[in-house]
Amino acid sequence: MEKIQHFFLWLYDEYGINFIIFYDPWEFDRYLKGLATTLELCVICVVLSVVVGVVGAWLQGSRFAPVRWAIYAYIQFFRNTPPLAQMYFFYFGLGSIMPKYTNDMGLMQPMMGNYQWAIIALTLFAGAFNVEIFRSGIEAVPKTTVEASKSLGYSRLKSYIYILFPLAMRICMPSLTNNLVNLLKSTSIAYAIGVTEVLYVANQIWAVESNVPEMMNVVLVTYLTIVSVFVWMMSRIVKRMRIPGYNW
Amino acid sequence: MKVISTEIQVSIKDVHKSFGTFEVLKGVSMDIHEGEVVCIIGPSGSGKSTLLRCINALVPINSGSINVCGIEVNDEDVDELSLRRHVGMVFQSYNLFPHRTALQNVMMAPIHVLKQNRDEVEVRARELLAKVRLSEKADAYPGELSGGQQQRIAIARSLAMRPDVMMFDEVTAALDPETVKGVLNTIRELAEEGMTCVLVTHEMGFAREVADHVYFTDHGVIVERGSPDELFGNAKDPRTQDFLSQIL
Amino acid sequence: MHVTKNENAWGGHPVLHPIGRGGRLFCRFTGIPYVNLTWWHGAIIVATLLMMASGAAAQYGNTTENILTTIIKWTPLMLEGFKMNLLMSVVAMSVGTMIGVVLGLCQVSLIPQVRTSSWLLTQLLRNSPWLVTLFYVMYIIPFEFHIGGVLIILPDWIKATFGLSLPVLANVSEIVRGGVQSIPETQWESARSLAFSRVQTLWMIIIPQCMKRMLPPWMNLYAIVTMATVLGNIVGVSEALTITRDILAAEGRNELLLPMYGYVLFLFFIYIYPISRVTVRLERKWAVDT
Repeated sequence: MEKIQHFFLWLYDEYGINFIIFYDPWEFDRYLKGLATTLELCVICVVLSVVVGVVGAWLQGSRFAPVRWAIYAYIQFFRNTPPLAQMYFFYFGLGSIMPKYTNDMGLMQPMMGNYQWAIIALTLFAGAFNVEIFRSGIEAVPKTTVEASKSLGYSRLKSYIYILFPLAMRICMPSLTNNLVNLLKSTSIAYAIGVTEVLYVANQIWAVESNVPEMMNVVLVTYLTIVSVFVWMMSRIVKRMRIPGYNW
Repeated sequence: MKVISTEIQVSIKDVHKSFGTFEVLKGVSMDIHEGEVVCIIGPSGSGKSTLLRCINALVPINSGSINVCGIEVNDEDVDELSLRRHVGMVFQSYNLFPHRTALQNVMMAPIHVLKQNRDEVEVRARELLAKVRLSEKADAYPGELSGGQQQRIAIARSLAMRPDVMMFDEVTAALDPETVKGVLNTIRELAEEGMTCVLVTHEMGFAREVADHVYFTDHGVIVERGSPDELFGNAKDPRTQDFLSQIL
Repeated sequence: MHVTKNENAWGGHPVLHPIGRGGRLFCRFTGIPYVNLTWWHGAIIVATLLMMASGAAAQYGNTTENILTTIIKWTPLMLEGFKMNLLMSVVAMSVGTMIGVVLGLCQVSLIPQVRTSSWLLTQLLRNSPWLVTLFYVMYIIPFEFHIGGVLIILPDWIKATFGLSLPVLANVSEIVRGGVQSIPETQWESARSLAFSRVQTLWMIIIPQCMKRMLPPWMNLYAIVTMATVLGNIVGVSEALTITRDILAAEGRNELLLPMYGYVLFLFFIYIYPISRVTVRLERKWAVDT
């Protein structure tokens, strides 16, 4: 640790390249907290948006037309509007009509803060794409397989759980990975509503230290690392799910 | 020939079925007795496969009545699950579930749908695999099996539900001639054990040997019906004669 | 439910028909009649509801102006801002496409260094968040510089547009690479046996064939870029979202927050939705040919 700190201090002294987070423990801590927030956002939103996708894809095959329409409207709304504008709509717009409660300091505090709204907005945004992805995966399962499951007596729900969905998952893994990578990158938008994620913290640091290029590079490398690790994890999952004899 | 019971298991009365404006079945009637082997032959597009699908409610009928083991199939509130316990169906494209091994394919429906005990199901599944002479392939995935092997596994899978009637929809049409024999032998053994079988097939030789009754359909109607000797040896209707002369 | 047109395995379909078992006209679960609706009907219904809602909201106005008139009052300004979004999207898309095509072709080059370096650049720009790339460009590129004694001032929106064109060129590069690589090897072999050079093969045989496959993802990318232009709000570009926030700050009325943000979403929706519909239709139409 000491050596690393010395190296970056030397870098600053000699060349003016200021990677402050590596030699100043306090700043490092601050950056780490921001990184933790980003990772939390990533993990929570990935998991929740997949759940939204699974449920939405199931509902899209429903026999009730209003349900199908509701899902269709949901997808079109979140696909055809900017995620940043969605986030503002949720945080400023919906947030203004949410009930408030009095916190222990006697001040009025809204029920949901920017962190919660960011999760909601990002989950719904990525979830809309996931519904489409899972639905196309389900439709790609040959109709004859579904017929076979029906004639064995599987109900719609059981067929979905045991047969349709496992097969559909394998088919749509590439698109799903793509979409989830997009989600990881989109977490940076939470910056705009004041969530203290990586970009926000970097901004705080460079506002004081004026080391914009260095901090930007650090943020860039951080995101590239997160994305690479995720893509690697997904490829491991795909390998484990591989069925002998098929390309899926 | 074996003695056929007088009890009628499947009763089809004046069934009409249209897809949009195209009428596929134009008043089909037949009675199938317990233990009987029925073969339905005819040119493509004559509605044979549709008829089978109507029997186990994969496809709804427009008018008429189908009664399977006391269950009225076209009843609005028909319990499809109990219907499909009585009728097993094997398709032309086998439709094994690719993400499960052969043994698991056979075991799945009794466990998930009938909620039977797993160990008991496994014992019976292995018995069935031995019956279709594929015990050594229990742990193979469908992608690793040949067409004929997959078809026999599909038969075992349907048998696992202990149906009263087995329906076969052109099950050998997609197989090459050597493997066709293996599948036909399996069906022949089933028939000799007294299982009620309804076959849609082009294998005239098989129909001649094994069937108790043969129906010739054309353009949605049953043109001629009778025992194999009557139909193949002495066809009365010119359409039947025409068809047979092309095939034989 | 027993519908017969376009049945899928479970019988669910967005367009229902009044052909039911025995001509049943009402769904036996909900009692709702089967109707023949398309999205047009849905849009009209939604528009009517919106009008009613704004009318109702207008009743609550306790200031001199109600919400609907406020929105109408500010619409010209919002549209000005929206024009900026469109301008940014078109410029970013054009610049990004031109460079991206070149980069994509570099990715299939036979020279290893060219191939590797272009691949690296593409991956770098694709895997960075759009906002981070934008920040990078905004902060690193100076807002004014001198060339030969002439002072050139770069307005914010030009820098932002350039910042947006970077992810565009990376995605275009991937689209082009994917398109070229999807043409079967046999095409290259035939061309080679006819003595075409590699460049000739690319230009005259391969690329014309992949145009069809590349168009839908490219159009989709345009939709994404247009939506990404609102990121300019964060870096101070005067586009639709910025103007919305300025308006809200100027009006200072809480009850305007929800409608105004909804309005800006609506503006984008009516621009992007048709584009995505056309994209889907093109994809379907051309998927059959190729």
